Amino acid sequence: MPILELKNIHKSFGKTKVLKGIDLTLEKGQVMSIIGSSGSGKTTLLRCVNFLEIADKGEVLVDGKTIFRAGEKFSAKEMRERQLHFGLVFQDFNLFPQYTVLDNVMLAPKLLAKDDYKGDRQKKKDILDNIRKNALDILDRVGLSDKIDNYPCELSGGQKQRVSIARALALSPEILFFDEPTSALDPELTGEILKVIRKLASENTTMVIVTHEIDFAEAVSDKIIFMADGVIEEEGTPNEVLKQPKSERTRAFLTKLSDK
Amino acid sequence: MYEKFITDLPRVTMTLLDGFGTTLEIFFLTLIFALPLGLIISFGSMSKFKVIKWPIKMLIWIIRGTPLMLQIIALFYVPGLLFGYQYPTMNLFGYALSPRFVCVLTAFLINYSCYFSEIFRGGIESIPKGQYEAGQVLGLTKIQTFFKVVLMQVVKRIVPPMSNEIITLVKDTSLARVISEVELIWFAQEFARTDGLIWPLFYSGVFYLVFCGILTLIFGYIEKKLNYYRG
Repeated sequence: MPILELKNIHKSFGKTKVLKGIDLTLEKGQVMSIIGSSGSGKTTLLRCVNFLEIADKGEVLVDGKTIFRAGEKFSAKEMRERQLHFGLVFQDFNLFPQYTVLDNVMLAPKLLAKDDYKGDRQKKKDILDNIRKNALDILDRVGLSDKIDNYPCELSGGQKQRVSIARALALSPEILFFDEPTSALDPELTGEILKVIRKLASENTTMVIVTHEIDFAEAVSDKIIFMADGVIEEEGTPNEVLKQPKSERTRAFLTKLSDK
Repeated sequence: MYEKFITDLPRVTMTLLDGFGTTLEIFFLTLIFALPLGLIISFGSMSKFKVIKWPIKMLIWIIRGTPLMLQIIALFYVPGLLFGYQYPTMNLFGYALSPRFVCVLTAFLINYSCYFSEIFRGGIESIPKGQYEAGQVLGLTKIQTFFKVVLMQVVKRIVPPMSNEIITLVKDTSLARVISEVELIWFAQEFARTDGLIWPLFYSGVFYLVFCGILTLIFGYIEKKLNYYRG
């Protein structure tokens, strides 16, 4: 059973139809990259799955269970619970500037654990110790052990993005989404982010990556989706989509990229 | 002449200090209550619901569009004239507040809450949408996102305009005398009327000056404390 399934996702902003019926599936442990020119709806698709936008039509299933169906009402609490299936790494990091690196990573786990200990002192201490240990471990995995007490403003763009990856990982999401994780970075800093994502892929993290880095997408992905004008124009293995594209538009897009 | 000044000085100082006490009372009570009230009003003025938003906007327009002195006078006379309402003597932490004082405080509270609310609104609206979205995707409630993520950033951004407004409040307290609430300037003027002494009036300025100086130092300290991060 696929871990993620999207059925017929539609989204319009006013009269502009951004998504015109997206269907896709993703298996557990797989990495899927979404490519396509700006305005093709990649980011909107990611935002719809993550509840940052509410799709007009369609259905989202995780592990075969419907977590979103357009038109169906659900409470804020239900939405928060369903949200936690996913982690999202933003293009421009959105770190919390007033907290240290470690506190950025621990904030959400700490707040979410509040219901678990409810006044039980010993339990609280154990849970918080665990959260801290987990956060330190994750920060170590993204190579930021020496920065835990720094504030985001003291970090480079690449380091900030690694903190934001760590922050998402701290909640152990089933699927981790990346929205153009390297687009706000200087070219020489993209490498460190791609390295982290590669490492996560090798550890069988299920990921969906919206990216413009075609070479990277080819290297890391099990599946590539090319979007154009709010539909999936082509999908398949990196080899199928990037080397032997069937669609005229995919070919045109890839030619334009390689001309640069 | 000089000798008379020396003999008058302790008496004048004591009297002015008495008036300054009232000035400080108005100042601190307004500050303590108008800050949270201003935050609540700012939520109202940013509300999605027009029935809440527009009356609040209207209130802010009226309060900011008319002199505070007029508002004090109106609050003092209009309820009495129209409804026969008398301001009560109130008891606050063991202090008895005279009806005049209650009226002055009400006027200051409404006026300063509205000004503060606009500062809060500016601060809250200046926080990037991404901060709220980050809170949301991390599974935080809206309330947690506001208090744990947004509020501290708002505080940092509004300290300079807030200091400005609070320092204005120190001097605005002198408007209380339009309904004969005796405060610092009222006492100073009283010396001019009864003793023919003009210098206590200028001397009263020293009290404001020193107090505002202390506030400036405090706000400078807070700004410095909040400077541990950028953004």
